[in-house]
Amino acid sequence: MTSSLQQTKELTMVQAITDGLKIMLEEDPTTMILGEDIGVNGGVFRATDGLLEQFGENRVIDTPLAESGIIGTSIGLALNGFKPIAEMQFQGFIYPAFEQIVSHAIRIRTRTLGAFTVPMVIRAPYGAGIHAPELHSDSMEAMFTHLPGLKVVIPSNAYDAKGLLISAIEDPDPVLFMEPMRTYRSTRTSVPSEKYTVKIGEASTLTTGEDVTILAYGNMISPALAAAKQAKENDNVNVEVVDLRTLYPLDEQTILESVEKTGRVVIVHEGHKTSGFGAELIAFINDKALFSLRNPIVRVTGYDVHVPFFSIEEHYIPNATRIYQAIDTVLNEE
Amino acid sequence: MTTSLSSYLDQLERMDHDYPLLRMIQPDGSKAFTDDEYDVTLLLSFYKQMLRARMFDRKAINLQRQGRIGTYAPFEGQEAAQIGSAFALQKGDWMFPTYRDHAATMTYGHSMETIFRYWKGRIDGCVPPAGLNILPPSVPIATQLLHAVGASWAERLKGNDRVAIAYFGDGATSEGDFHEGLNFGSAFNTPTIFFCQNNHFAISVPIHKQMKSRTIAQKAFAYDIEGIRVDGNDVLAVYKVMEYAVEKARRGDGPTLIEAVTWRYGAHTTADDPTKYRDQSINEERRNEDCLLRVERFLSHEGAFDEQQIEEITHEIAMEIDEAVERFERAEQPNPNDMFDHVFQDQTPSLREQHQQFQKEVTS
Repeated sequence: MTSSLQQTKELTMVQAITDGLKIMLEEDPTTMILGEDIGVNGGVFRATDGLLEQFGENRVIDTPLAESGIIGTSIGLALNGFKPIAEMQFQGFIYPAFEQIVSHAIRIRTRTLGAFTVPMVIRAPYGAGIHAPELHSDSMEAMFTHLPGLKVVIPSNAYDAKGLLISAIEDPDPVLFMEPMRTYRSTRTSVPSEKYTVKIGEASTLTTGEDVTILAYGNMISPALAAAKQAKENDNVNVEVVDLRTLYPLDEQTILESVEKTGRVVIVHEGHKTSGFGAELIAFINDKALFSLRNPIVRVTGYDVHVPFFSIEEHYIPNATRIYQAIDTVLNEE
Repeated sequence: MTTSLSSYLDQLERMDHDYPLLRMIQPDGSKAFTDDEYDVTLLLSFYKQMLRARMFDRKAINLQRQGRIGTYAPFEGQEAAQIGSAFALQKGDWMFPTYRDHAATMTYGHSMETIFRYWKGRIDGCVPPAGLNILPPSVPIATQLLHAVGASWAERLKGNDRVAIAYFGDGATSEGDFHEGLNFGSAFNTPTIFFCQNNHFAISVPIHKQMKSRTIAQKAFAYDIEGIRVDGNDVLAVYKVMEYAVEKARRGDGPTLIEAVTWRYGAHTTADDPTKYRDQSINEERRNEDCLLRVERFLSHEGAFDEQQIEEITHEIAMEIDEAVERFERAEQPNPNDMFDHVFQDQTPSLREQHQQFQKEVTS
């Protein structure tokens, strides 16, 4: 928790991530960072800038260009007492490592009844909206929330990013830490200089309201807040924006309290619609709070198309206008 | 200096990355070298382990035929490769086996009972005795090479001289993770032994269809690490090569790829019929190069093969196996509730709820 005595700095999310990594490298000699271009180059987003100089090449490792190799080797390091923090340069490049994640990282604890464990963090920048070349812009969280034994965390601001990253590093199980690229540098938040944690599995209610609940995370928080503001100003509608922050394990209580209060839900995510994380949220609400709903749930998501080339990517990404329309729909459906 | 492009190219064609097959004992039991590397006592202990493994393997096939265990992957023919290599390890080293490497895991300390449990479809069959770094059999092919690289790298970072061995077959060398494993091991100079048992078949696909490379050992060349090709049915040669690779790794001189050329007499698993993909009469030829027979012949030449002693050993092993079978068959049935444990260190709320739901369903 934050103490009022602590010093704070205004940091972008990517700076807060660097700060979190640095604190953990200083505190825990078993932590190591592995990835492509993370050493001398400081990472393609500069998330690991300066860490090689400070901690040396046994702690901050420029690996060969092989994602399966990075995750597979990290598994071996984790089995033998280290806490690897592996960077996938973009989530869109994680696929060669999928087998290592699915078949080993998340399974070894179960298979050995806890005799061997794999405490590791996989950092993966994700999402569109930064005019990146094709294939750099995927939002594939739902491919990972489906997996037993893996925690999936997605911060939306600098404060949460640092606190959640530290929690992920201290977690005894594998954690996929998805970093919203578009939010890396878009805003600054007040971030304590000291170590603090944000608990995995806890959502955060960013605005309170009794009319509509928006469930969102990562890159979608900014347009969700903008749409909520618009709804308040234009229509005097009070929207409760819940930032999920962790997709697995889900903060069921916060979601249920909000849904039971408002009875109207808009779900926003950037990933594709079909079998997207929104489908899981709807199923969850169906199981636990169906009769609190006053209207059917509305989803605002990426379409079931490949994330378009950047000249038209903005048309793919859910924006405040679409979310504002969804608020209107969920209020007026009968 | 060559004189012309065409002569240069001719020379390239003739280039042969020569990886000769190392042998210490000939199939007829005679010594391949004249030096004094032949320790009769050591060969007797190898022989006992190989006999123990073979008898275990045959028992497992019988149990499968009788429906007392599930599908089983037999290793008969590969005992020398597995036992010669496992003998060169010390406690504290790391072993990353496949599902066909029980001769190695038994030699290194796994119990027969545990291995039977594994093939009975019980997860507790994956758990090694306390203090032994034996990972569960890797089922996805070649994935475990990277774990061996990581675990042995960790030893180096801790300042220890422990090593890791990854077992795999000829088919595994087609997988990307084989190449990523060798490359990471090479790039970070990790104390890893990549131990390939080339048994010539990946289920049904023969090695000449698997690759155009003449040897597997030569694949080390691309990563600038040592590749050694050894007769995998010659337990002493395997042991010596492993000893060399392990010592090299311990002193910080990096990984080695060992290709142990061997043969599996039986099926890939009890679920397939090898007569469908190969002429099984070839096994008769291969039996002449058998790893146990070879040591018997050697010991006979040395006047050290005592039939009565072997009979006694055989009897002891049979008892050990019977006891293991009895123990595993007497073991308490696994509790289905246990599947909800060990997914995470601390059960998540939704998993707890699913577990409660499960309990209601089974009791209703």
